Amino acid sequence: MSAATKKAICLFFEVHQPFRLKRYRFFDLGNDHYYYDDYTNESIMRKVAERCYIPANNVLLDIISKHKDKFKVSFSISGIVLDQFKLYSPEVIDSFRRLAETGCVEFLAETEAHSLASLKNREEFERQVNNHRRLIKEYFGIEPQSFRNTEMIYSDQIGSWVAEMGFKAMLTEGAKHILGWKSPNYLYCNTINPRLKVLMRNFVLSDDIAFRFSNRTWNEWPLTADKYATWINKLAPKSELINIFIDYETFGEHNPKESGIFDFLYHMPAAILKKTPFKFMTPTEVAKNLQPVAAINIPTPISWADEERDLTAWLGNELQTAAFEKLYELTERVNKCEYEQIKKDWTYLQSSDHFYYMCTKFFSDGIVHAYFNPYESPYEAFMNYMNVLSDFEIRINRICPATEHEIEILKFDSQLRAKDEIIAKQAKEIETLKKKLEKLTGKKTKKASDEEPVKAKRGRRKSGEKSLVELAAEVVKKTKLKKGEKTGSGKKAKKTKKKAKSSSGKS
Amino acid sequence: MRVLMFGWEFPPHISGGLGTASYGLTKGIASLRNTEVIFVVPKAWGDEDQSAVKLIGANNIPVAYRRVYYHGLKRSITTYEVQSEIIPYIDPEEFWKITKKKEELHHSILVHTNQEGKIDFSGRYNGNLLDEIYKYSVVAAVLASELEFDIIHAHDWLAYPAGISAMEVSGKPLVIHVHATEFDRSGGNVNPDVYNIEKRGMDAAAKIITVSNRTRDIVISKYNINPEKVETVYNAVEPVDVAENLHIRKGFDEKVVTFLGRITLQKGPEYFIEAANKVLKKMKNVRFVMAGSGDLMERMIRRAASLKITDRFHFTGFLRGKDVFTMLAMSDVYIMPSVSEPFGISPLEAMMSNVPVIISKQSGVAEILKHAVKVDFWDIDAMADAIYGILTYPALSREFIKNGRDEVIRMRWENSARHVRQIYEEVISKHKQ
Repeated sequence: MSAATKKAICLFFEVHQPFRLKRYRFFDLGNDHYYYDDYTNESIMRKVAERCYIPANNVLLDIISKHKDKFKVSFSISGIVLDQFKLYSPEVIDSFRRLAETGCVEFLAETEAHSLASLKNREEFERQVNNHRRLIKEYFGIEPQSFRNTEMIYSDQIGSWVAEMGFKAMLTEGAKHILGWKSPNYLYCNTINPRLKVLMRNFVLSDDIAFRFSNRTWNEWPLTADKYATWINKLAPKSELINIFIDYETFGEHNPKESGIFDFLYHMPAAILKKTPFKFMTPTEVAKNLQPVAAINIPTPISWADEERDLTAWLGNELQTAAFEKLYELTERVNKCEYEQIKKDWTYLQSSDHFYYMCTKFFSDGIVHAYFNPYESPYEAFMNYMNVLSDFEIRINRICPATEHEIEILKFDSQLRAKDEIIAKQAKEIETLKKKLEKLTGKKTKKASDEEPVKAKRGRRKSGEKSLVELAAEVVKKTKLKKGEKTGSGKKAKKTKKKAKSSSGKS
Repeated sequence: MRVLMFGWEFPPHISGGLGTASYGLTKGIASLRNTEVIFVVPKAWGDEDQSAVKLIGANNIPVAYRRVYYHGLKRSITTYEVQSEIIPYIDPEEFWKITKKKEELHHSILVHTNQEGKIDFSGRYNGNLLDEIYKYSVVAAVLASELEFDIIHAHDWLAYPAGISAMEVSGKPLVIHVHATEFDRSGGNVNPDVYNIEKRGMDAAAKIITVSNRTRDIVISKYNINPEKVETVYNAVEPVDVAENLHIRKGFDEKVVTFLGRITLQKGPEYFIEAANKVLKKMKNVRFVMAGSGDLMERMIRRAASLKITDRFHFTGFLRGKDVFTMLAMSDVYIMPSVSEPFGISPLEAMMSNVPVIISKQSGVAEILKHAVKVDFWDIDAMADAIYGILTYPALSREFIKNGRDEVIRMRWENSARHVRQIYEEVISKHKQ
């Protein structure tokens, strides 16, 4: 079969849930380092797993067992949602593993955190992508070959980075203002590095399933698999590639089971295979089998969000940009830290959803923004996020200080702490010695020992060790005086003197 | 002497300084010998502190079974009647929809009531406020006809109409207490309805008490009141035991500069943000907190975000109860940059909690405080300078704390109360003549 006659349909599903933050108040700064709303996260995850991930995966398994490798599907599962599966619904991981074993499913790479790092910092972006690659390999035994950036964010530059990382294909939105007269139904390639193939989403056919399927006021309602296949067939003469990219939560969550979405999903592949010349392919197969028709020129980043298909859903107002800037200011210092929990929090705080909640354009897409949104207003989202971020910064400052000044403070702080420990240790020793002295010398020394704490206090105010040494010397002196009366106690006191001296020498 | 007092809020259900001030003063007055206070609020919740005063909620007064004849303002009252008659409703649907109905013909007022024959009040600053005020005045008339008292004292414009109607029904003298004027609240865009209510109250009153000379001047010049009728009685502050708050643990090293209050035009929050920005350019070891809520909050958040200082500038939302003290206990500087503040009790509370304060010269409290930094509200340079100074020079801060607490501990509600009582006596003796 020659390349020109090949026609492909590419099904892609995005799987992601953020770690939503708990209400974190100003008073918690520096005291509370746990940021997540476990209850909400767990209940949402369990609900979505039960209503969407598990049943949808089962439908896909059924389809695959029916059509064998005639049916192909691809997923992008963020690192954060994998963590949540592990915590709250481990059965979902098994279910995805079963899908992976069929060999009909491709897993795409993305940023581990479902983050906006590609817009800010190439190094951080690549670090996160490599982390995610590793995760996917670890979980599903597959090395990702294709790439899908967070929320389909794409620009020529991001594409060229992705190409350099060795990916064959990348997914993005078939944005009208980019394509103009061109059709999304062909394969394109990156302008800077043509080796990277670019798949552009057919948003009409995708949104038919994602947004319109259960809308009863839509004039095409109800949508059946046959009707859908007919639409695709109509495109056939002038198309080589149909890209259907949707949120996986479309099945069972955004469209409830009762809407018949699972039946639609089950019957759609059969209808498409029967009625159209299109073959199911994964993005990597598309890149291998189809020829790009042209390079696509996208100088400023686009995404699949809202009417505008730009970045304004995450970076559209000053709250979002302020939070974004403050977050990525920490990049370098976080990378210096080796603490597991800091790395985890850094990942979780980066997920694009936190910025999405701060969006103030509620007009055309308000409902989508409100979905799973734990906040009442974007301002509340911002206040909460900034408080959490401030605490995160406080922790980083403690571990890896930013300025010379802070380094100095930290140094002094640890010195002080070490000295405090020594003081406490020696105070204890003195206490025991005093008791021994009392036992040995009886009432006479009691008077003297009563004076000691006062002197010790005074001395400690100036400098901890010195006073202790003095005190030890005093004890020795007194015991020496009484040496004539009772021998033996002097030896013990001498020992303490040595100890006190050696410990003060160390510090 | 029995005082019938009309207020709008009573602790713990308060939204600002008015409730705090009227409560402190009432307690002070009630503690004087031979003085009894009956305090009326639109809505009594049942959990108020009634140890010092008798509290009556207007929502608990049955009025459905009466008809109060309410005569025009300018006429003197010769008779009044309370009839035992149920107001006929059109139907149960209308009962909930319409809250009031006026029958001009009989010069009487019909107000719709709930099933127990009581008027529903929200007791909050929202909804149809003018309607609530009006309903409140009707209940006041009922109360005034039943209770025994020598003088009427109404706090702020919300309660003036109640005071007036009580005065008209009982013939007893009225004292009004100006905690704020519309000129303070609106920042210039005076609401004519509110102004009229205030003006009517001031005209009707035998004596006007203002919380500062600043407010006294406004009353005299903007409301055209005879200066002899207006007298200033400064507010005070409840003593706070600081030791209680010692267990609060601050989880970070930075100093804290706090703004605590409603985030509205009157309080000058934007000057605080600009000053914070200036300070943050000089020192990083500080966090700024804007505690409270209000109609300008969203704009303030956007401003802080656009200045890129939100990692050091925090918003807490509205704080209540213990959180206020926690906030003060964490603070190193308290700032009140009010554009126009008749008095301002909150700096006194901060000083009580050992926090140095910066206040605007445009506040009444600036007239009596010595150990506080005073700046013009618009002078963000001076403000930034003062914040920086107090944070950087511990000696300065210590001095403010020590002297501030000494100063503020002497400002007792008993003193204010004695002054008010003097005014009562004057008014009553004049009234009898």
